[in-house]
Amino acid sequence: MTREWMVVGLAGALTMAIKAAGPCALGSRELPPALSRILRLLAPALFGALIATQTFTREQRLTVDARLGGFVIAATGAYLRAPTLLIVVAAAAATAALRALT
Amino acid sequence: MLSQQSNVPLDDDFPRETSWRAGARAVLPLAAAIAVLGVSFGALATAAGLAPAAAVVMSATTFAGSAQFAAVSILGAGGGPAAAVAAAGLLNARYAATGLAVAPALRGGLWRRFLVAQLTVDESWAVAYLGDGHFSEQRLVGAGLVLFAVHVGSTAVGAIAGDLVGDPRAWGLDAAFPALFLVLASPHLRRPDGRITAALGAAIALAMTPFVPAGIPTLVAAAASLVGARSR
Repeated sequence: MTREWMVVGLAGALTMAIKAAGPCALGSRELPPALSRILRLLAPALFGALIATQTFTREQRLTVDARLGGFVIAATGAYLRAPTLLIVVAAAAATAALRALT
Repeated sequence: MLSQQSNVPLDDDFPRETSWRAGARAVLPLAAAIAVLGVSFGALATAAGLAPAAAVVMSATTFAGSAQFAAVSILGAGGGPAAAVAAAGLLNARYAATGLAVAPALRGGLWRRFLVAQLTVDESWAVAYLGDGHFSEQRLVGAGLVLFAVHVGSTAVGAIAGDLVGDPRAWGLDAAFPALFLVLASPHLRRPDGRITAALGAAIALAMTPFVPAGIPTLVAAAASLVGARSR
């Protein structure tokens, strides 16, 4: 009980401090353009990493499994600008189906 | 406000409407996926020994699925509280950068900026992005409030309903999230520097995965933005 609440409290406080650091310390000042460009590119860098690790790794091992099917469907859907919900549901369904078959 | 925004050069692939309603509408298609994640988190957290109230408080304060799953899975596997908190902190460290990026868009006093900053998660941040390094506070708040309500509410449902969800993998839920990130990344992927950066980030994360604990490859991959910024 106390151990779990401690983790919940500390993880929450840490996250809130991390999120507030920029807006509360920096205020409304404009950033230099070079820094803005790097910050803009943080999104594709992290998205690339999240997509890759959540598709091709499991417990610190590189692996190719049913999630590849979901990835291909999602990539095709995103390229064709399909509705988000359709892409997400189709990717999950394809992965679940492949997993059930293999 | 409006005259200031009309000076912002907007990219065709990024949104133009900057009301909080537009932000809320933009994340509605994600609500079902977010709710399924919240229900899964509630169920897995209680299975790992958290009280239902603790699971709900964690969704309201940590408010980031990947960090919450990491912390709870470490506790469930018998890991120490310090390791669980460190994993959550590392997975959320990227919000220092996203917070910095949205900071110029936030108005009002310290307390107001603190609260709005808490609504920054991957999805609300992506939805608030107007292109060219600019963000809409209204879209961030609209999207963030919808995500917060769905995330916390579905966690409560999962924590109480517990075992009904079963194995999230059987539903293909583990593929729903990369699919979601792919959709969110697609405006960036339509630009050459965004594509280079994403590919490099993916390569760095995959190369590091066998050698360092979970969450750290994603953090190191953030360095891809430094290389991408040098490309033309």
